[in-house]
Amino acid sequence: MTTQIIQPKRKPASTASSKKIGRPHYGTHLFLLVMAVMWLIPLLWSLYTALRPFADTNKYGYFSIAGHYSLDNFFTAWNQAGMGKYLVNSAIITIPTVLLTLFFASLMAFAVSRFSWRFNVTLLIMFTAGNLLPPQVLAAPLYAMYKFTPLPLSVSDSGNLLNTYYSVILTNTAFQIGFCTFVLSNYMKALPKELSEAALVDGASVWRQYANIIMPLCRPALAAMGTLEVIFIYNDFFWPLLFIQSGDRLPVTTGIKNLQGDFLSNYNLIAAGATITIIPTLVVYLLLQRHFVAGLTLGATKG
Amino acid sequence: MTTIDAPGARVQRARGKRRSHLLTASDKATLGVMAGVPTLIQFVFIWAPMVLSILLSFARWNGLRLSDIKSAGWTNYQFIVKDYPPFWPAVVHNIIWLLFLACVATPLGLLLAVLLDQKIRGSRIYQSIFFVPVMLSLPLIGIIWQLMYTRNEGFINNIAGTANTAAAVDWFGNSSVNLWAALIAATWRHAGYIMVLYLAGLKGVDPSLREAAAVDGASASQTFFRVVFPAMKPINIVVVVITVIEALRAFDIVYIINRGTNGLELIGALVVQNLVGEGQVIGIGSALAVMLLIVSLIPITIYLSRVFGKED
Repeated sequence: MTTQIIQPKRKPASTASSKKIGRPHYGTHLFLLVMAVMWLIPLLWSLYTALRPFADTNKYGYFSIAGHYSLDNFFTAWNQAGMGKYLVNSAIITIPTVLLTLFFASLMAFAVSRFSWRFNVTLLIMFTAGNLLPPQVLAAPLYAMYKFTPLPLSVSDSGNLLNTYYSVILTNTAFQIGFCTFVLSNYMKALPKELSEAALVDGASVWRQYANIIMPLCRPALAAMGTLEVIFIYNDFFWPLLFIQSGDRLPVTTGIKNLQGDFLSNYNLIAAGATITIIPTLVVYLLLQRHFVAGLTLGATKG
Repeated sequence: MTTIDAPGARVQRARGKRRSHLLTASDKATLGVMAGVPTLIQFVFIWAPMVLSILLSFARWNGLRLSDIKSAGWTNYQFIVKDYPPFWPAVVHNIIWLLFLACVATPLGLLLAVLLDQKIRGSRIYQSIFFVPVMLSLPLIGIIWQLMYTRNEGFINNIAGTANTAAAVDWFGNSSVNLWAALIAATWRHAGYIMVLYLAGLKGVDPSLREAAAVDGASASQTFFRVVFPAMKPINIVVVVITVIEALRAFDIVYIINRGTNGLELIGALVVQNLVGEGQVIGIGSALAVMLLIVSLIPITIYLSRVFGKED
């Protein structure tokens, strides 16, 4: 009965909406096209500038098509401006940070989402809040803490945690654990409770439950978080700026600020350096964009 | 705690209890370590420094020796409010930053999402294009836009035809325009971010809501503003919180341009100026950071109460 009543009413509605879809959105297309071009210009301009020798742009101006095109600026940026070294430093910092963050966050998420105990929600709230703080709030005390943490000179040439990769890895890990715990705990909460109960009845230990049952089921969430965190840590500017003084230890995102100083008005080299820093991001973008978007929206839509 | 009643109810209510009965001592120890180590990390690197930041804001310290820390009362705050020239400009700039993101960048992201959520040809390509800057770091965005903005070499002045003339504007160097130039660079990234969030939000809206609105004869804009937009309330709150927090954290772009001086003062940059390099004034830097903290607690609290409020 009801379907009969709804059916005829629905028909005009759906044809109306399909008509709307079929209607050519000239205005919409024009707007999107203009926006897309505006969005691409800065990227293409950097790439274009990077491909041209300094001498040619000096002669013909930057806004011209005359002259040669080559990858020379990229090689110069790689060798002389130390972009290669910076990228290695980025890897040294990013890889352990992401692994540690996911490991600790998954432990915590497992403990708070699969078992109910006093304070577990309170702790989760405090974890989440920590990640929302502006990092500047933690800067002075962390700097002082690292400065007064003695380390043997064989480990750190500063004799403390400053100017080491450890300081950046530790801080980034701590700062990102909150966010990952929040997202992973939401994900784990959605897994059926019966999994844990069956495992406990079968006598599986808590650790086996974590390692053999829950973690394999969390693969999609871990992939999304891992991709997101790789980009987050790779893009981090603040902590290395604060903790690392030696230019040759900076990761690439913080290191690019030296390009401006070293190659004052050689915009071709600066553009080449900027383009090089985009390459790892581009790889992630092309291979793992879906995970990245999933991570962004997992964090924002759950709860 | 509960007396035995209907078996079903008992199982439901005592679930947590029953589970903890099943846990052996070693399981409990494992769980303790699993929750304890991350909590300790958070305590040492996040919560304790936050409290220490508040304490340091009431101290005078050059950062050299711990024994040099002297109590300063409220003098750091008094100095900042009365005698620190970049403070009030920075407050104004942070507010402008927030308003610009909230009134221009975020609505633009929403608009892009709404347009691309339709079955439009090339939607995926457009999405990919608008999404690229979201993956780039903010300092890199500052550099990319510097290449656009430089006086004689930049794209903008060349296309406007003012390059190499007296009328050429130094977009990042001229203190009357550089904040707006930086905001356009920030929008380039922020709008794409908001677009991604709203695209996910729009997919989550029950299609029958739109159909019902169409049946009732609502126009497209009525359907959106009266039905679809309110239905996205959870994501709207996230977007508001993200926009406010991004405005408070804003720092990287201006720091890469000129360390946050000459028209680009922002509180986040002033904190760093006082903490990094020689001549550290840790008390002042911490007091600025605490001000940032207090304002940040507003969006953080809204977000947390939204997300966790319904849980217990």
